Formats: sequence, structure tokens, C-alpha cells
Amino acid sequence: MNITLQVWRQPGPSSPGGFATYLVEDVSPDMSFLEMLDVLNERLVLQGEEPITFESDCREGICGACGVMINGLPHGPQLGTATCQLHMRKFSDGDTITVEPWRAAAFPVVKDLMVDRSAFDRIIEAGGYISVNTGSTPDANEIPVPKPVADTAFDAAACIGCGACVAACPNGAANLFTAAKVAHLNLLPQGQPERWDRVVAMVDTMEEFFGSCTNHGECEKACPKSISIDFIAMLNHDYVKAKFKNRRLVAQQG
Amino acid sequence: MSRSAEGLQKALSEIPALYEEFKTDVRVLGENESVNQSLERAGRVDDFFQLGMLMCVDALQREESCGAHFREEYQTPEGEALRRDDEFSYVSAWEWTGEEPVLHREPLEFEFVTPTTRSYK
Repeated sequence: MNITLQVWRQPGPSSPGGFATYLVEDVSPDMSFLEMLDVLNERLVLQGEEPITFESDCREGICGACGVMINGLPHGPQLGTATCQLHMRKFSDGDTITVEPWRAAAFPVVKDLMVDRSAFDRIIEAGGYISVNTGSTPDANEIPVPKPVADTAFDAAACIGCGACVAACPNGAANLFTAAKVAHLNLLPQGQPERWDRVVAMVDTMEEFFGSCTNHGECEKACPKSISIDFIAMLNHDYVKAKFKNRRLVAQQG
Repeated sequence: MSRSAEGLQKALSEIPALYEEFKTDVRVLGENESVNQSLERAGRVDDFFQLGMLMCVDALQREESCGAHFREEYQTPEGEALRRDDEFSYVSAWEWTGEEPVLHREPLEFEFVTPTTRSYK
């Protein structure tokens, strides 16, 4: 396959960027999108041109590092997968593909396709953890968790924090990310003591960096883990409920 | 998977030439003023060369077999790993000097359960 790439090149956060066009010849349809970029980079190095900066780590869809906009879609046209799981066979010989970094004010470009997603870390630092002592590993079934609840918590925990939801959102909102991170703790018994403080802290921190959700639903479509926007409804529900909770009476279901 | 003094010495005689070629021929593009993944990777490969050579030195110095750390010279008549706990029951802590690494032995002392050869027979 011969592919023409239009790649966003930007030397640094405060430098102007622009598209550069590269013809990538002899691309195997079995290559992943990132492998195709590796091949291009190796050729660029041999030509004495600086390789394209992009992030990747696990290359099996679980680390969340590799997200880029491909033809305007986060992680490209294939649903429910990250950029590293997209293969060149999804494209046709002679295609022109546009590759850009995440488009979001909260994710400033570091260089080329690499963005700074540390605003996500601020949200996690605000409450995405359990700090009460939960003791050692309990015996199986000692703490009863109904199957549908466990499944739902697991679905939320599938979030890899890639930022596709933010990049897809016309408002640059991080509600799907925050909702997933809140839900996977708030659904489980170990998450209950800090449930109400957690949701308020994480939502308030999210609001500092990101836009507001207006239920476009683009995030769900872009999510490489297909996380449902139902979690945003649960987030809003918990947030409102937290405002009415007397936290000192949580142990009495107050 | 096994190792021998002969193979390790061969590796130690050949890696320095590769390392020298890497240091003189490596092409690192970009600049210092912004993120430079090429420089980051070149630094890692440099580390791997040094670590790789140290692993060969360490494996050569350890004249015993220990499970999957199998030295061909040290095996039982049946081809199983031959332990030499009397001489090698220590952790090898190698000191970085910039020249030849210096060995510091940190003895392993077992009070209750002592190391033995595992047998499935």
C-alpha cells in the first residue's frame, strides 16, 4: 500500500505548528497504525529529518498513551479500539490520512502528536483512590457484591485514561473519564466511606480544567473501551446526592 | 537456554565493538530545547550496552548453576543444574566505577530453610 500522510508537526508548546505531507510507500496492510509511523520515522531519520514525536507504550490497547486524531476521529475510524489496535488494512491503497494530536485546550501540545494529559492526573489526585484501610485480601464472597454491580464497576474500570473522550467532545469536557473513574470506586463496598467526598472533589477539579458536558455523546463513540455515557448520569446523580448528604452520618446511611 | 564460560567470553569480546560502533555511528536528530524521543532512546540503548556487558561479567563470575541460570560446566551427570551453595551463596552487588565493575559480595544467610536442589523424582 502507498499512503499519503498529513501529519501535524509542532516543535513545542508555544511554537506554531502546521501540516507536513509524507508519502509512505510499501506499507503492509498487516502493520498497525503505529508501526506504519515507526517505518516512516526510520525513513525520516535516514533522510536526516527529525522523526515525528508520538507516544506509545503497551501497543495492545491497555495503557492509553497512543491516542491521536486520525482523519478527525480519536483513535481513528475503528470503534472500541485504541490507535495501536488499528491496522492499515482498514485503509485503502492511495488513501490520504490526516494525523493530529488530541484537540483540547486542557491537553496542550508538547510536541507534534504528543500532548500533556496531566489535567487527568489532577482529577485522579482529587479522589480517584481509596484511602481508608480495607484490610488484607478478604476471602471470596466475604464481602457480597451483586454480579450486576461488579460487572458495572468493571466496565467503568476499563477506562485507560487516554483522553479520546475529551478530544471527541465539542466542549472539551472530561465527564466520561471522570464518571468512569468515580463509578468504579463508588459502586464497590471499599469505595463507600469516601463516596460523597470523592465525587464532589473529582467533579470540582474536573471543572477547573475542562469544559462542561452537554450530552453530545461523542465521547462514548470515541472511547476505545466503549464506556457508556450512562456513567455520566450516575456521576451527576452521585454529585447531586452528595450535596444533600450529611457526611458525618454516612455510617447510618444519613 | 544455557550459558557457558566460552560463550560469555565470546560475548564480552564482541559487545565492546558493537558499543563502539553505536557510540560513533548513532544518528540522533532533534535538539535539546524540546522533547527529544531519539535522544531518550539512544540513552536507553547506551544503558542496555553497559547492562548487557555487566550481565555477561556477572554470569561468567558465577561458577555454578541455579535453576534456569544454567551454566553448562556445572551440571549433574543427568544434566540437571548443579548448585554450589558453599561458594556462591551471596548476592553480587557490582559497583560502577566507570572502568571495570567491582564486585561486592553480600552473603545470604539461611537460618531455618536452607537452599537445596529441587527434585521432582
